[in-house]
Amino acid sequence: MAKVTVDGIEVEIANGSTVLQAAEAAGVEIPRFCYHERLSVAGNCRMCLVEIEKMPPRPQASCALPVSDGMVVHTDTEMVRKARRGVMEFLLINHPLDCPICDQGGECDLQDEAVSYGRDDSRYDEGKRAVAQLDWGPLVKTTMTRCIHCTRCIRFSTEVAGVSELGATARGESMQVGTYIQKALSSELSGNIIDLCPVGALTSKPYAFTARPWELRKTDSVDVLDAVGTNIRVDARGAEVLRILPRMNDDVNEEWLGDKSRFAVDGLKRRRLDRPWVRENGKLRAASWEEAFAAIAGRMKAVTPDRLGAITGDQCDVESMLALKEFFAALGSQNLDCRQDGAVFDASRRSFYLFNTTIAGIEEADALLIIGSNPRHEAPVLNARIRKRWLAGGFAAALIGTAHDLTYPAEQIGVGPDAITALLDGTHAFSATLEAAKAPMIILGAGVLARPDGAAIHAAAWQLALKYNMLSAEWHGFNVLHHAAARTGALDIGFLPGEGGKATSQMLQDGVDVLWLQGADELDVAAIGAKTFVIYQGHHGDAGAARADVILPGSAYTEKDGTYVSTEGRVQSGFLAVKAPGDAREDWRIIRALSAYMGHALPYDSLQDMRAHLAATYPLFAPANAFRRFAGTDTAAPAGDVSAMSDAPFVPVFETYYQTDAVSRASPTMAACIAAHAPVVAEAAE
Amino acid sequence: MNNQVEPQHFEFDAIAEADVAKEIALYPPGKQASAVKTLLDIAQRQVGRETGSAWVPRVAMDVVAKRLGVAPIRVYENATFYTMFNAKPIGKYHLQLCTTTPCWLRGSDDIVSACKKISGANFGQTSADGLFTMTEVECLGACVNAPILQINDDYYEDLNAERTEALLNKLKGGEALPPPGSTIGRQASAPITNQTTLLPANGPAE
Repeated sequence: MAKVTVDGIEVEIANGSTVLQAAEAAGVEIPRFCYHERLSVAGNCRMCLVEIEKMPPRPQASCALPVSDGMVVHTDTEMVRKARRGVMEFLLINHPLDCPICDQGGECDLQDEAVSYGRDDSRYDEGKRAVAQLDWGPLVKTTMTRCIHCTRCIRFSTEVAGVSELGATARGESMQVGTYIQKALSSELSGNIIDLCPVGALTSKPYAFTARPWELRKTDSVDVLDAVGTNIRVDARGAEVLRILPRMNDDVNEEWLGDKSRFAVDGLKRRRLDRPWVRENGKLRAASWEEAFAAIAGRMKAVTPDRLGAITGDQCDVESMLALKEFFAALGSQNLDCRQDGAVFDASRRSFYLFNTTIAGIEEADALLIIGSNPRHEAPVLNARIRKRWLAGGFAAALIGTAHDLTYPAEQIGVGPDAITALLDGTHAFSATLEAAKAPMIILGAGVLARPDGAAIHAAAWQLALKYNMLSAEWHGFNVLHHAAARTGALDIGFLPGEGGKATSQMLQDGVDVLWLQGADELDVAAIGAKTFVIYQGHHGDAGAARADVILPGSAYTEKDGTYVSTEGRVQSGFLAVKAPGDAREDWRIIRALSAYMGHALPYDSLQDMRAHLAATYPLFAPANAFRRFAGTDTAAPAGDVSAMSDAPFVPVFETYYQTDAVSRASPTMAACIAAHAPVVAEAAE
Repeated sequence: MNNQVEPQHFEFDAIAEADVAKEIALYPPGKQASAVKTLLDIAQRQVGRETGSAWVPRVAMDVVAKRLGVAPIRVYENATFYTMFNAKPIGKYHLQLCTTTPCWLRGSDDIVSACKKISGANFGQTSADGLFTMTEVECLGACVNAPILQINDDYYEDLNAERTEALLNKLKGGEALPPPGSTIGRQASAPITNQTTLLPANGPAE
């Protein structure tokens, strides 16, 4: 530890820290453009100059200067102010003063610092540097004349995203940040460079010229487009969600957000279900809530409870799933399933289906085996955490399944379950690596569980965890990586077939007469029996709604107070940012209303009652955000016959990253991404 | 020359391949990326041999990136940063004229005029016959023999307008580059007049 005095405030800070970090510890703000906590130090903007006693009498760049014991730092002397003013003047030489037409206006670091250190006029009479316009694809808009060459975007894409596409070409005044060859950014995390850019050089293309930051209403929420539980901030104006930004949470997403979660926001305005619909004579017609409820009640009362079924989708909040579960319980039906992909596996204990190591825990692992998953597509932010671990060194990764560029080396050691068998026998080359590892972990893709032999592979993966010491009092290395945000929460409240109840596959093919689809769009609707009466409750006119006989318009995740459980078992709540469009209502309230209509009124009328009931019934929801890591002490294996594994190779869950659910399928931006990254076929002929 | 299209293919030839292997071997395992500048130079020379225009096309940068196991953008950064790499096609003779103060005091303006006259090109341009590319450079570090004109790898020193024109006309006539160095017969950087120091009259020469 080193004792450092910053502006008279004494702080103790670890050796190797920088002066800038010491200043932050002392609560002294230092302006910076290139320095960023999660990126390597570049030291090229020179804005963070400070004066240090007993050092050469010139300003020092605090971001790149390590502290030493007894250092006395001054951040507000005449010399420092003068130096920073000089730096600001140089930065502004080539910076166009086009703030009135710049999207960064109001949240621009350069603008803010210019208030403190800028001159009121310019002494520069010469022509400003002009650079060619660049095209980085459908997400990031570039105005490179505004670039101040801080290289944050270059460092982010190289270090965090692991896709080296951006660089600084040429030199001096001709230096340009870019891709050199024209191409769309191919990283799933590319949107983060918009947040990182301290000026208006990189802005959001879909959001261009839409709003000023001070017009926006900011609401904290949780992302549901993957199962990571990324903390987000929803920015809305009026009844419209305009953009989504990440919130900082070191345990989950640090400060990153996947492109789909960030940019699919325009899908929330399209293909929305904003009124109830009832099918009459084979055609859907707009109806009132009363008519819709009458149609449902009439049909539900006409069949026996064992012919009623409910399937929940990938983005449902826990409240609405609980309401549906209890409504069906009141009706006497056991036919519930949250696994619309048809997966059947042992979910009797939480550690069987959680990402037990936790996302932050990845940084403690030293060996990783991925089975049938592509974390880069299924959970890009979590994948960035694995890459971060790999960068730290002493980490070996291997993959069973389709080979992908995961942004860190992962040796493909097999394509199907035979590789798991070999690892269980200890005959595989990777066995030695796992054997030697102190904290090995397995990531089992949720897509694997949807295979006919899913339960067998689930059990086999647990056996692997046992064999390679992944379960101990200090460490839990068995992980299921879900890609559906609702899945963990649904399993936690037991939205599963009850005694003698039917699972998803049995409810399809005329297994039930009335089927309630709660936002379930990823199942094969063609497999629903022709005579089955389908109720679709959801927010988008997607596959489920197209097959429905009655449509109940629900709310998307930005339009309700919802609780979600992430793949690592973290209970998080999002808040209502905007009201749902038209007649659409919050989902659990729809079920509450229908239950009263049918004479089985559920025992909660308000969100507080609902949450209290939830916490009382399932204690893990009780203390908000109480999250703990599990130790691997309970080693009893999940049910499943290891010998029943087939030889079929693992296949990717998603064909593309950009459109995987009803929201992103309705998003024109996501469609543009798919078009931008479509493989070019014609050129090869030349 | 400048309308030459980007080639679609590049591959190190036998001569280059020998150098490449030697250069990469200089660096410890895992640090091969350090050879990026040498490899770019080898590639540029090979393209010069093959086409008479020593430049590094993008395909060649990609080959270098692949050989060294680095992202192509890292090679683009290097190739565009250093002025000795030409990312665009270039004339057979690259005329790099120093116009920094010492050369300018010694008459570099005349050299510039002479070069412009013979080549018909301005700074940053290539002559119509594809023979000369003119580039204005900062100090070449040979101020003693100013003014300096660098043609490809070699320095031509102590120039004046007349000798510059003669030199370029020779090249235009298809002659090979003359031996480099002073054009007035000065030995290395010895004084232009006679020996002025360490004379025997001042004492014993050491």
